[in-house]
Amino acid sequence: MTLEVRDLRVEFPTRRGTLTALDGVSFSIAPGEVLGVVGESGAGKSITGLAIIGLLEPPGRISAGEVRLEGRRIDNLPPEEMRKLRGRRIGVIFQDPLTSLNPLYTIGRQLEETILAHLPLSKRDARTRSLALLGEVGIPAPAARYGHYPHQFSGGMRQRVVIALALAAEPRLLIADEPTTALDVSIQAQIIALLKRLAADRSAAVMLITHDMGVIAETAHRVAVMYAGRIVEVGSVRDVIHAPKHPYTVGLMGSIPRIAAKRSRLVQIDGAMPRLNAIPPGCAFHPRCVRRFERCFDERPDLMAAGASLAACWLHAAA
Amino acid sequence: MPLLKLERVSRDFDVSPPWLNRVLDHEPRRILRAVDQVSLDIDKGETVGLVGESGCGKSTVARLIVGLYAPTEGRIEYRGRRLQMIFQDPYASLNPRWRVHDIVAEPIRFLGTPQKVEELLRQVGLSPDDGEKYPHEFSGGQRQRISIARALAGEPDFLVCDEPTSALDVSVQAQILNLMSDLQRRLGLTYLFISHNLAVVSQVADRVGVMYLGRIVELAPAAQLFSRPRHPYTRMLLDAVPDLGMSGRPRTPVRGEVPNPLAPPSGCTFHPRCPHANERCRREVPAFIDGVACHAVLEGRI
Repeated sequence: MTLEVRDLRVEFPTRRGTLTALDGVSFSIAPGEVLGVVGESGAGKSITGLAIIGLLEPPGRISAGEVRLEGRRIDNLPPEEMRKLRGRRIGVIFQDPLTSLNPLYTIGRQLEETILAHLPLSKRDARTRSLALLGEVGIPAPAARYGHYPHQFSGGMRQRVVIALALAAEPRLLIADEPTTALDVSIQAQIIALLKRLAADRSAAVMLITHDMGVIAETAHRVAVMYAGRIVEVGSVRDVIHAPKHPYTVGLMGSIPRIAAKRSRLVQIDGAMPRLNAIPPGCAFHPRCVRRFERCFDERPDLMAAGASLAACWLHAAA
Repeated sequence: MPLLKLERVSRDFDVSPPWLNRVLDHEPRRILRAVDQVSLDIDKGETVGLVGESGCGKSTVARLIVGLYAPTEGRIEYRGRRLQMIFQDPYASLNPRWRVHDIVAEPIRFLGTPQKVEELLRQVGLSPDDGEKYPHEFSGGQRQRISIARALAGEPDFLVCDEPTSALDVSVQAQILNLMSDLQRRLGLTYLFISHNLAVVSQVADRVGVMYLGRIVELAPAAQLFSRPRHPYTRMLLDAVPDLGMSGRPRTPVRGEVPNPLAPPSGCTFHPRCPHANERCRREVPAFIDGVACHAVLEGRI
């Protein structure tokens, strides 16, 4: 396994008590595998990504559990070592390409610096490699655009540059947090195809964080569905999309409008996801769940076998 | 008689550098044509969707209709009583210092009664007690309900909705889309629904217009547009939508990006990305005939 996360718990101590943003999150990603992480805002998907790369905003901290990259524990590394790991072994792509690019440097310089920081190459080789990377991510005429600044690129082209940066040092793990959300559909399709191809070519493990189930369906092999800081269902993309097992996933799938199958009404899940300071006891989804029963009110379900997937729902408890 | 009629409406924006820079650098004025010769009829009670990628001019059309911009050319005729607009961002469009009942009552502040505000809040699925609260106490979906309540306060017959659910999570989006269709049925509203999300538009719209670089390139009943798209751009957009059904249908890869609207390509502005473009497409702007503006379609080449 390239990435193994076990029982991860992230807390934010505040003056009014400790907020638990993630609780008992476990999953793993194999080399060459794309794991999609979906959920609505506040479900904890971005926090999971940030916790893995050691970029939680203080006072947020990992309070329990462990993260292993290729067998080595990384959640307790000192910040300096973690910094070396990021960029070298872990590549990161964020939603807004401008947050990952320095507006004052040309993209060529940024790529070269990244490569020189992580790989033992000469400046000349770093330049050759940068140009090759830009070509690989589909920037037309890389040599001509080498000396351009980020603002001279369109949104889709900027995201390609960010992908080139993330891949510069051949990372084993790629964490992409809403990489296509800021882009138009036609550009989104190009970026998805690119991510998929690059990950497969390099057999890197990819953690794809998004709220868009369509992007997951196109890209991921397996998917983890998050709700209120926990994984509520995990399984192959096909199983989760066509035969969701957790009532939340069922509602989520039904609420997505589809071009092929117009329905007179979308399925709606009433209410909203609880805030971190008001997570209900028992199953956190029970106040909105149409299939709740007594056990859901005070006993919290862990992931259990549900068909070919795993779901954290008492409906699937062995009798 | 359509409720709303746009007749060859265009809108230019002057994006020239300041006068002094122009004089020093010998630069001409630069005019951006955001909306170019758009004609559109909307009948009472129907929902017309407008889709396109960012910068295609769909939001400018919305603003032209509600009068936030004046058209540079063309005519807009409206035969109804009142128009209202619902915006994308329910955080920016509600005054954070006002209580909800003041926000909702603002359009009717000389006529509004507390009973009326209560009724409006109930209509959008909020409780009358919510009127006492401030916007920050609500989630994104509830805020959008407040915007809808405010829009309904003046008893409009036409709502222009500019990406009303794009800032919301999918399950909340479903709540708002269902609410909007309930309100339409109950109050006989007419909607212009603008979105970049084709699936959302396919869910709500009776007819759909596709915009590219300021022009409507295809306009057709929703069922027809989504099952038998005619314009190559519509086909490309539909092919680009992620396939939730995982049917593995064959798709043509999307080519290129939207060109710079300050220097649009000659002829049909889609020709640099179009697999069917020929010499005529590069030279001649296609007329909008019978629901589509494409030489290849009209010549029967595709």
